[in-house]
Amino acid sequence: MEKLLNWIDARFPLTALWESQWGKYVAPKNFNFWYYFGSLAAFVLVLQIVTGIFLTMNYKPDAAKAFESVEYIMRDVQWGWLIRYMHSTGASMFFVVVYLHMFRGLMYGSYRKPRELTWIFGCLIYLALMAEAFFGYLLPWGQMSYWGAQVIVNLFSAVPVIGEDLGVWIRGDYTISDITLNRFFAFHVIAFPLVLLGLVAAHLMALHEVGSSNPDGIEIKQQPKDPATGLYLDGIYSHPYYTIKDLVGVVFFLAVFSAIMFFAPEMGGYFLEANNFIPADPLKTPEHIAPVWYFTPYYAILRAVPSYFNSQFPGVLAMGVSVVVFFFLPWLDRGAVRSIRYRGTLYKSWLAAFVISFVILGYLGVVPVTVWGQFPESWPILGGADKATVVARILTVVYFLFFFLMPWYTARDKTKPVPERVR
Amino acid sequence: MKTIATLVAALLMAGAAVASGPQMRMDPAPIHRLDAESLQRGARNFVNYCLNCHSAKYMRYERLTDIGLTTAQIKDNLMFATDKIGSTMNVAMTPAEAKAWFGQVPPDLSVEARVRGADWLYNYFLAFYPDSSTVTGWNNLVFPSVSMPHVLWQLSGPNKLVQTEYDSHEKAEAGAIAIKGLAKVEPGLNGKWYVRTVSPDPGAPGTMTPVEYQAFVADLVNFMDYMAEPTKNRRISLGIIVLMFFGVLFVFVYALKRSYWKEVH
Repeated sequence: MEKLLNWIDARFPLTALWESQWGKYVAPKNFNFWYYFGSLAAFVLVLQIVTGIFLTMNYKPDAAKAFESVEYIMRDVQWGWLIRYMHSTGASMFFVVVYLHMFRGLMYGSYRKPRELTWIFGCLIYLALMAEAFFGYLLPWGQMSYWGAQVIVNLFSAVPVIGEDLGVWIRGDYTISDITLNRFFAFHVIAFPLVLLGLVAAHLMALHEVGSSNPDGIEIKQQPKDPATGLYLDGIYSHPYYTIKDLVGVVFFLAVFSAIMFFAPEMGGYFLEANNFIPADPLKTPEHIAPVWYFTPYYAILRAVPSYFNSQFPGVLAMGVSVVVFFFLPWLDRGAVRSIRYRGTLYKSWLAAFVISFVILGYLGVVPVTVWGQFPESWPILGGADKATVVARILTVVYFLFFFLMPWYTARDKTKPVPERVR
Repeated sequence: MKTIATLVAALLMAGAAVASGPQMRMDPAPIHRLDAESLQRGARNFVNYCLNCHSAKYMRYERLTDIGLTTAQIKDNLMFATDKIGSTMNVAMTPAEAKAWFGQVPPDLSVEARVRGADWLYNYFLAFYPDSSTVTGWNNLVFPSVSMPHVLWQLSGPNKLVQTEYDSHEKAEAGAIAIKGLAKVEPGLNGKWYVRTVSPDPGAPGTMTPVEYQAFVADLVNFMDYMAEPTKNRRISLGIIVLMFFGVLFVFVYALKRSYWKEVH
């Protein structure tokens, strides 16, 4: 065995790669609950790729056959139902895990210098994941697939001047059609998975280059080395310690995942929407079109922004900015410390306000704007307006202020001194 | 963190509470996915009454062995056309004919229960009433102006729409609850509220008693629910085993982690 390894190492840096990326990678020893979601995201990515390969064997990217082939998978393909449910549950759970992973970054300032590139690669992964999910959602060719795609592509058509052509360019047709289905299939099964894998590799290499942050936001590489072990005082080897700890996370995650997949695969209509069991019908617009839950905060922002000169473009722009603004976090944050543990009330309050906005916007993006009724006509200014729209507007402002005021409130915040060693 | 979570939960619940305005109160469908006899009766009802106009083109006859039928039973009792046992439940009527006769093609029912939900379907079949203003002469409280006529009317009798007037929303809601079944609360003129329900007409009974008819519909809905996801029972029973496996695995993996991490702490 060792001979074989030596033979390989003389020709390919197998041992060196393993040791630099994981085997001898030194990580802080104080990772808490929030640090499980990185490895879980990688795990779900692999799950999606493997189940996706098996789905591709039976799925037909053809407008006349797509819906039927999904039912064929659900009924006639051996274990097809299980593979399909793994993939559909996996799609939503991917976003659950990624959102928690990103929230970890916000809480502990993981994006701060010198980890800006790790963060940017992460944001790119998030963008690619959104595209991947969007393309994949068209494939079952149900009513929600069809009309959801119609709505999202129309957003691009709202861009001034080039909008119409842009829409046609994306669809390859004047409406969502068989042609669109075919190209979305290509994007979903090959183009974006490749992009995602490349970005994940870059994300991990960048992280392993600079080293992990931790819940205390202490730079362990600035600590002296323990003469006995040769490691920084608060550092431990990833392997076997985090290998095994992450394994605990994976098994726990699999239990939660299975509970959803086996007992509530539709997750009350959030993971699989009831209307998507109706085959796509270009002539019948559903009464209420809502994107899948993971896009709804942005959808709520889009709807909250009033149209300008009969153009939806300001809303589209706001939605775009609300996603892209994450890229700038490393430069928006001027706090003296990284972790929420040593931040003052200002940052904590803003982060809380941001999370509340994000969650409620997510809810408002699922429901029709009339959900809470209207303000009484007699009220000044607000009279007759949809309550939900007004709330969404306020929360949209809070969402953006969290980012745009960040340079100011992080710099002014009363921080606590950061200790030398992790807790 | 806890306070934030509570606040968010409270806000979401407040939203949900306001959202439930004037609405439909439905009877929960009295169905059970493991009741094989009910499923078999439901299959019979489906084939006799639905399959003339509606297809179930993703459902294979052969699959009915799932609900305890033998292939001989399926061939002798449930297959009328020249279909093979491995073929799916198709319908002889062409879409063009259907369009000419009904104004639209009756939807395929393979996954209808996943679109509407079992409770909706159950109440739908109990909600037909005569209405001279529609093309078919029938209307439906759950699906207003539905283009499907009341195919089962000889069994249930024509039924009738019963409307009660209340002078406030609260009283109407209370009245709807008192019906203990399908009831629709709707705002009327001058601040009045109406509660509408569909009841059997004692003057024009069907061939079945109301209780028998409800059981007939329940069997049918139970079958449609099965047909929409034939693997459901398998999924749930397998899920229990898988969860137990992960439960046991977790104990071992966690113990392993504890023992490795002793040296770190």
